[in-house]
Amino acid sequence: MLSVDSFWSALRKQGITFFSGVPCSIFKPVLNNIPSDVVYINAPREDIALGMASGACLGGVKSAILIQNSGLGNIINGLTSFNLIYEVPVLLIITWRGYDGKDSPEHLIMGETTPDFLKIMGISYKLISDDFFQQVRWARKEMASKKIPVALLLKEGII
Amino acid sequence: MKRHEVLKIISGNIGKNDLIFSTTGMISRELFAVGDRPQNFYLLGSMGLTAPVALGLAMVKNKRKVIAIEGDGSMLLNLAVIPLAAVLKNKNFLLVVLDNEVYGSTGGQPTISSAVSLEKIAQATGFRNIKRAKTKKSFEEFLKQLLKTPGPSFLLAKVEKFQLEKIPRISLGPEAIKNRFKKAL
Repeated sequence: MLSVDSFWSALRKQGITFFSGVPCSIFKPVLNNIPSDVVYINAPREDIALGMASGACLGGVKSAILIQNSGLGNIINGLTSFNLIYEVPVLLIITWRGYDGKDSPEHLIMGETTPDFLKIMGISYKLISDDFFQQVRWARKEMASKKIPVALLLKEGII
Repeated sequence: MKRHEVLKIISGNIGKNDLIFSTTGMISRELFAVGDRPQNFYLLGSMGLTAPVALGLAMVKNKRKVIAIEGDGSMLLNLAVIPLAAVLKNKNFLLVVLDNEVYGSTGGQPTISSAVSLEKIAQATGFRNIKRAKTKKSFEEFLKQLLKTPGPSFLLAKVEKFQLEKIPRISLGPEAIKNRFKKAL
């Protein structure tokens, strides 16, 4: 299990301090315990979260968004016509509802296709595990070299 | 008043350190033509993301005035940023909407803004200052005032459907736009 403290400290240790997102129940422990030394903006839409995090990133502050994979659909235009072409590397932390085909019907199609959407856009990703510290480190390095967003996918039951 | 005239007024009144984000399509192209500067960030695509990106930057660069220029079409596409900006209360954030009631970049199809007062939405959400201008004179007056007043501020300009003929595309690529902008920060 990954603790809430380890979740936030792994991100802070890589210098990521600006967050925005739209909640998912998988994020519940994380979002209900946001440390006071990070900024978290409750965005009304996932693409607004991406825009806010992108603006912070332009200003030199490392940033991430926390969204559900259903919201991946809402950020595809932002990714393809902003982050990927201007090279603005925002970390995408995306919960993976519908993983393994086990979830309510509205999550099954996106659950099956989440990795494919990321692959098609050329966005690297890893599955979040107990070793979250190493995964965020990898993501930070990957973003520094490729200058584009990287995704970390969070299944239920990890945090 | 014509939209490029409003963009000229903005270019003529902003300070050297003020930062502008402009929306996709003809608004960015006209701004590039009448007042290009490194402190302008042109969003070539990403309709609806201009104000969110500007707001994110305004949060981390709170000593710089950040101006987002949207059209009525792009504003309507992502209206949810209006209440968010009002709630975040960034004093350095100014949202300008150039409202010509059409999707001018795609051939002039009507938007719904002829029937919706966008500044009333800003008012309902709690923007600190809200102005609506119908003439160049009043726009310039409001702009000058809002540039020195703590925001968040919302300035709507009702503009003609007219757009500059044969206006060139922005000759800078996305990376060049970003790199010179970051240098100007």
